[in-house]
Formats: sequence, C-alpha cells, structure tokens
Amino acid sequence: MDYTNLFPYMQAEITLIAVIVLIFLFDLFAGARARRQFPALVAGLLLVQLLVNILPHGSGELFGGMFRYEAMHGVVKSILTVGTLLVCLQATPWLRREDTRHKQGEFYVLTLSTLLGMFFMIGAGNFLMFFLGLELASVPMACLVAFDKYKGHSAEAGAKYILCALFASGLMLYGVSFLYGTTGTLYFDDVAQRLDGSPLEVMALVFFFAGLAFKISLVPFHLWTADTYQGAPTAVTAYLSVVSKGAAAFTLMTILVKVFGPMVASWQTVLYTVTVLSITVANLFAIRQKNLKRFFAFSSISQAGYIMLAVIDGSAFGMTSLVFYVLVYLAANLAAFGVIASIEQHSGKVGIEDYNGLYRTNPRLTVVMTLALFSLAGIPPFAGFFSKFFVFAAAFRNGFHLLVFIALLNTVISLYYYLLIVKAMYINPSEHPIPAFRSERGVRISLVCCLAGVLLLGVVSAVYDGINAFSFGL
Amino acid sequence: MNILFLFPLIPLLMMLGLWVSRSTRQIHAVMVAGSSLLLLLAVVLVFRFLALREAGETAAMLFTASHMWYAPLNIHFAVGVDGISVAMLLLSAIIVFTGTFASWQLKNDVKEYFLWFCLLSVGVFGFFISVDLFTMFLFYEVALIPMYLLIGVWGSGRKEYSAMKLTLMLMGGSAFLLIGILGIYFGAGARTMNILEIAVLHNIPLAEQRIWFPLVFIGFGVLGALFPFHTWSPDGHASAPTAVSMLHAGVLMKLGGYGCFRVAMFLLPDAAHELSWIFIVLTTISVVYGALSACVQTDLKYINAYSSVSHCGLVLFALLMMNETAATGAVLQMLSHGLMTALFFALIGMIYGRTHTRDIRQLSGLMKIMPFLAVGYVIAGLANLGLPGLSGFVAEMTIFNGAFMHADTFHRVVTIIACTSIVITAVYILRVVGRILYGTCTNPEHLKLSDASWDERFSVICLIVAVAGMGLAPLWVSDLVRGGVGTVITQLMN
Repeated sequence: MDYTNLFPYMQAEITLIAVIVLIFLFDLFAGARARRQFPALVAGLLLVQLLVNILPHGSGELFGGMFRYEAMHGVVKSILTVGTLLVCLQATPWLRREDTRHKQGEFYVLTLSTLLGMFFMIGAGNFLMFFLGLELASVPMACLVAFDKYKGHSAEAGAKYILCALFASGLMLYGVSFLYGTTGTLYFDDVAQRLDGSPLEVMALVFFFAGLAFKISLVPFHLWTADTYQGAPTAVTAYLSVVSKGAAAFTLMTILVKVFGPMVASWQTVLYTVTVLSITVANLFAIRQKNLKRFFAFSSISQAGYIMLAVIDGSAFGMTSLVFYVLVYLAANLAAFGVIASIEQHSGKVGIEDYNGLYRTNPRLTVVMTLALFSLAGIPPFAGFFSKFFVFAAAFRNGFHLLVFIALLNTVISLYYYLLIVKAMYINPSEHPIPAFRSERGVRISLVCCLAGVLLLGVVSAVYDGINAFSFGL
Repeated sequence: MNILFLFPLIPLLMMLGLWVSRSTRQIHAVMVAGSSLLLLLAVVLVFRFLALREAGETAAMLFTASHMWYAPLNIHFAVGVDGISVAMLLLSAIIVFTGTFASWQLKNDVKEYFLWFCLLSVGVFGFFISVDLFTMFLFYEVALIPMYLLIGVWGSGRKEYSAMKLTLMLMGGSAFLLIGILGIYFGAGARTMNILEIAVLHNIPLAEQRIWFPLVFIGFGVLGALFPFHTWSPDGHASAPTAVSMLHAGVLMKLGGYGCFRVAMFLLPDAAHELSWIFIVLTTISVVYGALSACVQTDLKYINAYSSVSHCGLVLFALLMMNETAATGAVLQMLSHGLMTALFFALIGMIYGRTHTRDIRQLSGLMKIMPFLAVGYVIAGLANLGLPGLSGFVAEMTIFNGAFMHADTFHRVVTIIACTSIVITAVYILRVVGRILYGTCTNPEHLKLSDASWDERFSVICLIVAVAGMGLAPLWVSDLVRGGVGTVITQLMN
C-alpha cells in the first residue's frame, strides 16, 4: 500500500479529521473564558479547512479503488463545507443559550462528523465504503436532531429520523446484496461492467434508490421530513435540508451514472415518476402549512424534485446543473433559515402568521427573507432563476418535454406559497408584530454571505463555468 | 459603450440612488432626474436610429452588441434594436416619466414604492433591447414580480386577491413561454439563443413548431390579454396604484404583443401560418367581448381595463393578419393604446384621489368642479374611440385597412366583427363622459374639491401632447417601424 498519494486525494478528509480532533481537544481542555470564543474558533478552523482544499486537482484512487478523488468531488466537498460553515455561524446564538451552552463542543463535533461521512460517501469507490460514509452521516445526525432533548418535539423528531434512516439503510443494503449476488463484486467499476439489466438487478436498483431517496426525502419516501424538520433545532433543520440533501443528491447522480450507467432506461423511468410525485405532492402540501419549518420541509422536498431533473439527464451538463442548483439552493435556503432561526431565538415564534407585519419592525431581515424566497421560487435576477433554468434545460435536452412542463407548472404553485410568506411580511397587518431586534454578529455574517450568493451566483457566470469544467456524465 | 446598455442601467442606478435617499424630496429628485434622463436617452436613440437608417444602414438590428454569458449553452447578453423596439423604448420612457409625476402625491413607503417601480422599468427596458431569448425571458420575468408588491402593498380595493391572481396568471404564462423557448432552442439545434440567428437558420421541424407556437403565443398572449387568459387584467388594473396601472396597461401589456410578434411568429413562422386561425378567433373574441364588458361596468378603472383588453386584443389580431400594413397598424396601436390608456389611468387616479370613489353612479358634473381633469378625460376618451387627429384613429384605420386586404371569407368576416368594436367603444366612452362629467353635481361633498395640481397637470399635458402628436404626424412613426415589421413579415412569407 502506497501512502504517498494519501495527501492529494484524501486531503479534505484528513484535514477535516484534524479539525474535529482540535475541536474535541479544545472542548476538553478550554477554560470558561476561552470557551466564549468557541464559535469563532470553529469558524476559523473550517475556513482554513475550506481554503486549503478549495482548489480541485487531478483525479486518482486509494486503497485499491475503495476511495477515489475526482476534481468534481473537490468542488462538491467545498460547497458542503461552505454550507456547514454558514450553519455553524447561524447556530451561535442558539448554542449560547443556557440549556445548550455546555453542549457546544458536541454540536460541532457531531456536525463535522456527519460532514466527514458525506465526504466518504462522495468519495466512495465501493459499496461498503459508501455505506460506511452513509452511516457516519446518518447516526450523528439523529443525535443532532434530538439535540434539544428536553423538548418533546426534538426527541420525537430524533426517534423518527433514526428509525427511518435505519429502515432506509436496511433497504439499501438489501439492494446492494442483490448486486453482489448477480455481479460478484462491490467495486463500482466492476459492477458497472458486469451489469446486464436482469430483473434482479432492477430490483437492486430500486432498493438502492429507495435508500438514498429517504436521505434526499423524495416522495414517497418523504414521510419523516416534515416532523423531523419541525422538531429539530432550527440550525440542524437548515443543515439537514441543505448539506445533507445536497450530498445525497450528488452521490445519487454519480452512482447512477457510474454504476448503473448500463441501466439508464430503468432508472430514468423510476426518476420520472418520483420527480413528478415529489414536486407536485410537496407543493400541494406546502400550501397548507402554518409552521414555517414544516413549510420549508415541503418546500425542500419539491426543490429536491427539481434537482432530480438534473439527475435524469445523466450527462456532464446535468451534473453541472445539479451542483450549481445545490449551491444556489444552499445560499437561498440558508438565508431563509438564518432569518427563521434568528427570529425564533428572539421571540420564539415560527408560525407564518407570526410574521405578519414583519417589514414594519425588522425591514432588513424581511428583505433577506424576501430575496431568499424569490430565489427559491426562481424569480430573476436572483440566482434561483438561473439554476432552475439549467435543470429544466438539462431534462428538456433528453426529450423529457412533458416532465419539464409539469415541473414548470409546479413553479407557479410554488410561487403561490412563497408569496404567501411575502404577503404576510409586507401586506398583512398585525397587532402584535415581532418586535425589532438586532441579530448577532455570526448570524449577520452568514446572512450577508447567503445574500451575496443569491444576488451574484446567477449574474456572474464564472461560478457555473468553473463547475462545468469538472463535470462528468454518462 | 453601447447606448442601449444605458436603458436598464439607469433604472438600476436610480435604485441605488433611492436606496441612499433620506427624504421624500431626495427620492423625488432621483426619480425626476433619472426618468428625464431616460426620456432624453430614448429621444436621442430615435434620432440616431433614424439618422443611421437615413444613411443607408439596412441591417435588421442596429446598435447591436453581444457578450458571452453562459458559454455551455451559448447564452449571450445580446442587445440590438429595430424600429419596433425603438418605438417601444420611447413609449416606456414616456410612461415612466409621466408615471413618476403621477405618483407625486404618494405618502406611505415612498422609497420602497419607487424601488419596485424602478425594478419594473429595468425589466421593461431590458426586454425591449434584448435579442437573446434567454435574456429576453429573464427581463420579462423581472418586469412581472414587482407588480405583486406594488399592487399588494400600495393598491386599493381587493388588492391582495388581485395581486396574487395577476402574478400567478402571468407566471403561468411564463411557464408556457419557457417551455416554448427551450423548444425553440433545442429545435433549432441548440446552437444559439440569438433571435436573429435562429431566424436565419429557420430549421425547426414543422411538427415541433406546431407544439411550440401555441405555447409561446399563449405565454406572451396572457400578458397581451388574450381571451380567455385576460381575467387578471381587470382586477389587476382596478387594484393597482395609479402609476402602476399606467405602466402596466401602457407598457407591460405591450410586452405581450411584442413577444408574440418577435418570438412566436418570427421564429416559428410555418406553424404561425397554419395555426393563426385559432388565435384570430380568440383575439376577435377579445376585441368584441372586451368592448361589450366595458359597456356594463360601473367602476371607472374596470371600464378602462376592459377597454384595454379590447384594444390589446386588436394588437394581436392585427399581428396575426400577417401583412405589413396590419402589422404596422399593430405597432401604432401599441403606441397609441400605451399613451392613451396611461392618460386614462392617470386621470382616473387623480379623480379617485379627490372623490374617493370610482363608481360612475356616484359621480356627476365633474366638468364644473375640475375642468382640467374633465377636459383631459374627454380628450383621452376621444382618442380611445378613434377620433381623427388623435392617435387611436391612425392605428385602427391602418389595422382594419390591412386586415381587409385578405380577400377570403374567414378574414373578411372576423374583420367585420372586430370592426364593430369601434362602435361599441363609442358607446362606453360617451356613456361615461356624459354621466360623470356633465349634468349637475349631486354630491355636495364633491363641490368643495379642487382641480389638478401642478405635478398632475404636467403629467397629463405630456401624455396629451404625445397622443395628439402621434395623431397629427403618424408618418414618422410608421416610417420608424416599417423596417422592423418588414423583417418579420418577410420571414412569415417565406
């Protein structure tokens, strides 16, 4: 075994492990004074980790093909790190609270462990490695969901999440065992060569897909989403809806393309149905929601449906569109969650009706929220318009005209419910609006970053071109 | 730097200026400076365009510039104008300018109002200068979304319902549009988004054109108040604040007609020939149905909104006649309707601001109380019903002239049906004028009201001058648009 290659190819993982260890040690030994700087330290370390790994480099593999690195993996890992960094910044006021203060270190270590799991998931070259990464990303996540353990909701959400995640893992392993049975190997490349599309392999594909669809929360595997999103602490919800979902979507595409490439017709059929269901069902349910976190749960399910439009294309163009979509979605959704978290922190309110008249008292937060919602709805000139356009173009290119049309009609429905929030904030009068307050520095920084993303990612085409340079497909 | 880039850039800078403004005075200063600059720029553009044409420049589009934006899809930020777009830019600049003065009395959230107003104009100007399908669509949507807040926050009556209805219907239209645009792009070989280049390629298979043409036409037609997709228009216009009604009926509805002509008919000419009869029937219904509905309304804004449906229907009707005379008439009608409907909405807003009612059953004898506004209303009404010497006559005359050039029964019949709208228009205009302006004033409260203030007078006079100018000297306008119309018609004839 040659360890000289470890550094270029596993650099992101190794540095992330170093960060986790440092945080762990700091948590053990730091005194009360130093602990006050905990969020700043974590942000700094993550920033360094991000900057060290931001430049993608040539591809290669380690451990006899168990783990591999491609430039696109580097890009996606950087995007996920950015998301995690922003979530950590947004979590600071919550972590400073009386009941969570002593658990700060745990939060960071758990969050970064799931991130590490996602890194391994993305870099996997073998189904075992992939499963390991998936579990590493899921199990600490359940702890995070149940982080406010004294609140009934949070504990319930944690239980729901872990049960669903385990069930999904079980399904997936079952599928993988079929694959092993028919092809005799678990290495991605070998499996791809030996696939012949037999019924057993189609079963394997469906089981495998179901497992990942749980993570991405596609309909009909979405039933845990709304309760978990509502019960989890808001920072964790944000993380779950953006980083975890983004990683799973990207992995799904790479595996479908690399492993199940020969069975493209089968998985396109599956994806077609699931996409239509996800977008439509989620949109219809989102209209009825009264709680913002539940609302965003359904919104995120429909957004996941849009991401699947890029997956169904299967080409390099589709992959660029997918990664770009995830990036833009990350900026917009984290902006929205930043506002929600901030308001929840100061007033304890998360109902849509509580936001009535918000513009009068907190104009800046309202503007951030509005732009984030417009971006999620795909209104130009905000980034969401561009990312939606590209996923539509990707699916359309392959002749899925009807699918794109259904998705487009759904954007009108989604615009309706996003506008309901805008309406609450600007138009609806309120006798008890949320009082004016000033958000904490960490939240402000993360909101500014997200806003910059919402405004610039689309207009400046360099980001898209940069991603496009590293894409691969069928 | 290309002069065209200034059109979306100036409203953007205005937004920046508004953002840092501290008082209403500063906000007004920014708005007046910016909108006069836009008007000046539009006038300069008209003269430079005419001068270039005079000098023998025959390219389809002038002042072209193109910057690569998204290379993988070959999307450019490409601009260029022909006579039609120049005329539309001038119209938009006039409406933005007068709209600023019409919103002078606005009291609440002035800054935010003008910010959204400027964003709306960024979209409008950007749309008319674009020759790339992607940027065109982008600006089209930029122009739609500010409407929601402008109507929802600053509107009157059932504003929340109207705002939502308008936004969703127009966005529904743009969903049709986007799939059509993707269809055109991939149908033409996915090489370019540039309208002129796609037109030259002319390689979209007929079977595909048959799908995309109706989608694109309906997509733009929703904004052009095509029956049965017009229902957003009466509610929307009735609830919108004055300047927004002006801009929306005056300019935004023209985006529909312009898009139908420039994208649907220009790029999908074969299907346009085949399927035009469906849309001719629909537009004929728009024309007559809109006019008849206006006859029975009692709210001044509803009357004018239905009248807009009728007149914008006529624009689409004329475009579908597919000859140069009718299409020139259509462009004239867009200009004429834009100006006179803006004038109408401005006057209605001013009357409403004083009497606090738009119900014609509660208004009477206004001629003696506010003579300036009343005379303005009469002039707008006369322009609307097509009195020679004002803009409406020129446009409708040309349109029906062009439509009658078709000798077959179908075209003759629909033309005759559409012609009846002239009579119906006279009915509803004269009914309103007689009812609210003449007679004795029955409401003693109204006797105390004052006539127009200086800012209102200024905005009304500007619009009247433009309406009369177009009516008295129509030739230069038709000269201006001829080249642009010719290009599209030639494509349709091939």
